[in-house]
Order: sequence, then structure tokens, then C-alpha cells
Amino acid sequence: MTSLTGYLRADGRKGIRNRVAVAYLVECAHHVAREIAWPNRDQAHVIGFPGCYPNDYAQAMMERLCTHPNVGAVLLVSLGCESFNRFRLESVIRDSGRPVETLVIQREGGTAATIGKGQTWIADRLQDLSRAQRVAMDVSELVVGTVCGGSDGTSGISGNPAAGRAFDRLVAAGAACIFEETGELIGCEEIMADRAATPELADELRAAVAKAARYYATLGFGSFAAGNADGGLTTIEEKSLGAYAKSGQSRISGLIKPGDLPPRGGLYLMDVVPDGEVRFGFPNISDNAEIVEMMASGAHLTLFVTGRGSVVGSALAPVIKIAANPEMYARLSADMDVNAGRIILGESSVDQIGQEIYDLVLGVAAGQQTASEAMGHAEFLLTYKSFEPIGPACLPA
Amino acid sequence: MSRTDDRLLLLSPDDNVLVARAAIAEGEPILVEGLVLPLTAAISMGHKLARRLIPAGEAIVKYGAVIGTATTDIAQGAHVHTHNVRSNYTATHTLEEARVAYEAASEVGKT
Repeated sequence: MTSLTGYLRADGRKGIRNRVAVAYLVECAHHVAREIAWPNRDQAHVIGFPGCYPNDYAQAMMERLCTHPNVGAVLLVSLGCESFNRFRLESVIRDSGRPVETLVIQREGGTAATIGKGQTWIADRLQDLSRAQRVAMDVSELVVGTVCGGSDGTSGISGNPAAGRAFDRLVAAGAACIFEETGELIGCEEIMADRAATPELADELRAAVAKAARYYATLGFGSFAAGNADGGLTTIEEKSLGAYAKSGQSRISGLIKPGDLPPRGGLYLMDVVPDGEVRFGFPNISDNAEIVEMMASGAHLTLFVTGRGSVVGSALAPVIKIAANPEMYARLSADMDVNAGRIILGESSVDQIGQEIYDLVLGVAAGQQTASEAMGHAEFLLTYKSFEPIGPACLPA
Repeated sequence: MSRTDDRLLLLSPDDNVLVARAAIAEGEPILVEGLVLPLTAAISMGHKLARRLIPAGEAIVKYGAVIGTATTDIAQGAHVHTHNVRSNYTATHTLEEARVAYEAASEVGKT
């Protein structure tokens, strides 16, 4: 049995990593942020928001991400003329007890001066963080997300049900587990509603999927990529049924939106589709946007099931890659952490792979590197959205 | 389950499609519900075959749930995919047209 330890933060949450976040506050500061992080890119991860126009969702997401339990210090990189409220962001980070500094490129004297100053700050912080002590941590303190990307006709038979078994075990151990992308639950609304903790929550789950169906219908495309069809998936509802299997069999404890923290252990659906009129385009333009939203809700790590073969990882929180398709695994095994394709070949049961995933979650939480972490993957994506707060029926007592 | 090929997976007893657990070549004999049929087109892992005749307009059922509607009669053992099924929600987007056009243009360029 792996004994977990974590980095205790002032809000009581514990991190399984101790990263420095280097956050650009507009695309114009992205290059400078990347150069600052580069010499220490294993521990200093670049996150940020590219837009120059203010957005409440992006502000809230950056505040959550910069105070994520896996983050030990934050360097903000501003061009100087963007609309992002850097004053408020810096104050939220300072109040969380983390070291924080803001570098404004226009004030520091441009690219080279800012990079030099930023690199020095990062090196100093990493020295401080290297002295941090880990404290005992329980499985029930973990928050785990799940996503599928590059899905094919094998995903719903092997990787997704196995991830679901791991979720069942985590929920039983008291952890908080998050599944999401309501646009990929279209067609599953009734079977999912049957698992809700209360009838009122069941209505909220149905409404979230109905909103997603409307939203995607307006945009003219489902949450379905060309490669999904190449891999044997014919319709969005077929993809949905396979994706739904990631949620396992547990009772659904609540519905949250990006940035809402699960109040206790249990299984939560994250509603990722914006509220109101269709405004800023597709809800999540690719897989990393989904991972980022679960991190904003506190996810320490993410289970990522892929059939076609996604290679991404994530900034801040490790990603466990679960290969659904044995042919893909043979080609991309170095990018994968778990070969659920063995289920297709009849070599392993869904339960066995589920157990393997659960054990790996504990190993990664204890410090073991995932394949994507070891190869330096630290993708990050945040775009514009707008949400109304969740209603009282979403989190039953 | 002896009446159906080991390479074909029945996910739920209500299903009218079977899922290929391995790639199967065109013309290979396959056993579907007691009938030996030659596979009419190569099929990749994860793709679906009709378990029985599926008339146009009938629901396609996989995992015991509806995943779309047949747009044409689908013969037993035939590939079930975007060419003969439509979504009951949003249309499926593929790169097939773009690929055909691109390959045609590339052929013209070579001559």
C-alpha cells in the first residue's frame, strides 16, 4: 500500500506536486513567461490567459489555478496594458500564503530585462520550495478528474469502463471524482439522472445535458472530431455512451461548474457548457481546456483515456494516460501509462485494469512521474466563457 | 455466443450491432448469428457490423441504447457507420470529402 504525502497549504488542502506557476496575463506576455520558465521547465509551468478583454470566468479560473494545491509559488507576467485584473489576482494569491511577484514588461524594460529578473525569482523560489516538508495525506483528500480524448470504437469498451472502476474505488475511499463534458453525455441524460442523489439533482443533470445539446446544435457541430469517425464512432450519442462509462457506477453527489470545489468526497458532474446565449464559440476547444477546468475545481491529477492516441499532459497536475486501443498502444506505448487495450484482446478484465489505474493514481499522488510528465508535456489552454452560479439543488447536503 | 465470431463483440443482448475486436480483411468469412458471411469491406478495430438486417429508419442499438438511425437498409454483416447511419442529435463531421478532394487534386498534380 502506497502511503500518501502532500504539501499542506494554508486553506487546508494538500498538493501532490510543488510547482511554480508562471502566469502570462495576455498573449503578448506569453513568450516572456515561457522564456522565464524554460531553464526550470520541469518544475516551473506556464499557464495564462491570452485575451486582452476582461472576463469574469477567466479571472476566477486564474485565481483558482494560481491557488491550486499543487502550486507553491506564482510569478505573474503582465505586458502592462491588458485588461486582466492583475491587482486582484496578486492579492488572492498573497492571501493564500503563497509567494507571488508581478513583473510588468513595459515597466521592467522589455523582454530581456523581464526574462532575467523572472528567471532569478524562479530560481530563488525553487530553492525555497526544495526545503518544503511533505505531510501525511489520505486518499479521501484527493480530487481526481477524468477526460477522454481522441476517442474511438475501443474507448467505450476498454479504457472508459476501466477508468470508471478506478473512480468507483476512489469514491468508495472518500475521494472527490469529477467527470465532465456534458456535450459528450448527449443521449445518456436519463440513465445518468437515475444515479443522482436527489430528484432535484436529477433535474439539474438533465438540464445540463439539454443545455449542451442546444449549445452544440447552434454551433452546428457536436463534440465530435473527424478522427472519432475514423476510429469507428458513428454519432455523438454513440461517443457519449462510451464516454459516460468513465463515470463508473457510484451515486452522483452533485453538479459543479468550473472552479467550484467539491464540498466533500463523492462523484461530481462538471457542467462545462456556458450559460446564456452562445457567445464565445465552442465550450472547450480541445482536451486541455477540459483538464484546466477540472484543475480549477481542485483536481490533483487527471485520468485521460485515449483510443486514437493523444500525447498531451498538463501544466500543474499530472495526467495518467490510459490507452484504450491495443494497436495504438503498440505504436505509442512510450506516451501511455496504462494499456487498457488488453481488455479488447481478452488478456485482462475491466476490473484488473481498473485496479491497475487505482494503484497508479496512488503512485502518482505519492510522486511517481507519469509518461507525459517525464517527457515534459505541460499543455495549458484557457479561453472565454460565461457562467451563472450553480443553484441550491446542485449540491444536496 | 458460439453462433458469432470471437472477433465480434456483442455489448448488450438488445444490440443490433457487433463491435470488431480486431481488424478483419475484405472477403474474410465471418460468423454472424449462425450465418457465415464474406466480409464485404475491410473493417478496423472498434468499428461496427450489423448483427441482423437493419431496415432504413430503424434505431441502431449499441450498449443497449439508441446511438442513431439507419438511413438505408443495412444487410446482416455489413459495416454500420456514417454512410448508413445518422445521429438523432447533431450531424457527424468527417474529413472524408476533404480527403477525397485533396487526393484527387494530388493525382492531377502528378501527371
